[in-house]
Amino acid sequence: MLTIAGRSFRSRLFTGTGKFASAQVMRTALEASGSEMVTVALRRVDLHDPGDDIMRLLDRERFFFLPNTSGARDAAEAIRLAHLARAAGGTNWLKLEVTPDPRTLLPDPVETLKATEELVREGFVVLPYINADPILALRLQDVGAAAVMPLGSPIGTNLGLQTRLLVAIIIEQARVPVVVDAGLGAPSHVAEAMEMGADAVLVNTAIAVAGEPVKMAEAFARAVEAGRMAFEAGLGAQRAGAEASSPLAGLDFLRPEPSPEPSIDA
Amino acid sequence: MGYYCPVMKISIICNGEPREIEDGTSVAQLIYACGLKSATVAVEYDGRVLAPAAYESTFPAAGSRLELIRFVGGGSGC
Repeated sequence: MLTIAGRSFRSRLFTGTGKFASAQVMRTALEASGSEMVTVALRRVDLHDPGDDIMRLLDRERFFFLPNTSGARDAAEAIRLAHLARAAGGTNWLKLEVTPDPRTLLPDPVETLKATEELVREGFVVLPYINADPILALRLQDVGAAAVMPLGSPIGTNLGLQTRLLVAIIIEQARVPVVVDAGLGAPSHVAEAMEMGADAVLVNTAIAVAGEPVKMAEAFARAVEAGRMAFEAGLGAQRAGAEASSPLAGLDFLRPEPSPEPSIDA
Repeated sequence: MGYYCPVMKISIICNGEPREIEDGTSVAQLIYACGLKSATVAVEYDGRVLAPAAYESTFPAAGSRLELIRFVGGGSGC
């Protein structure tokens, strides 16, 4: 079972709630995903068209809400959003995102570290979204991050685990859970991350924009389980040369040894 | 004869737009008037986040700026 900051999760698939075509599709897909942790964003209410309240659409007994600070471009904005998240949801958990460049949406390591230090001091449970930088991951856990969330590839790209080598180092060094986030576009991508020993993955776009989001949610759930089981079972070592998996003995009948020449003086 | 009780109206800025409210309206009443629930709305009052416990006892002053914020669907980025 996965435990983050003392809270246990049976499912290792975290799901984002953005980009779904409708509230109904989102709810059904999240149920099919088996996720217990879902991310939400904070935005100004459109007073002309308030629409549905996600806090009332989803069963909060079933889904633990992880507010993110999406849209923050520096530490100060992220901290402001953190305070709003606490007021809106009564939770001190936070997926910290600081993305200064809307074109790449890559996280700012300096501002992320700064905001993590401050928010941990204020009592938040901080899960920072980071580039796959093993040294930064160590620095963040040293200042009290509850988990680290390295990216597989840039947000929304569906390009999979482009950061594989660095994520492997982060996993090897981490004392806090590692949640691979962003860019995981196919069940095979999440299976790969889980086989490597990631503690969990976060998926949004790949499920939300699938032809059949509910079916895709289930496909991701199974891939996460398969990858985790494979990690726990222990994968065989990779090697460059071939090694037969059928026995080498017992093939004599195909190519019999020539019988020895009869000896002349026998 | 009808009894006329003058109600003082004041103007505030709510979510970026001017809005007339009765003087003495609480933040909790304002949230309700907007069709929202206090339990799921965060409020910034002149740039400071209000503790939800203060919604009943905070009365926006004329010219104050309020932001009503809540959770929406989101994964990462914006």
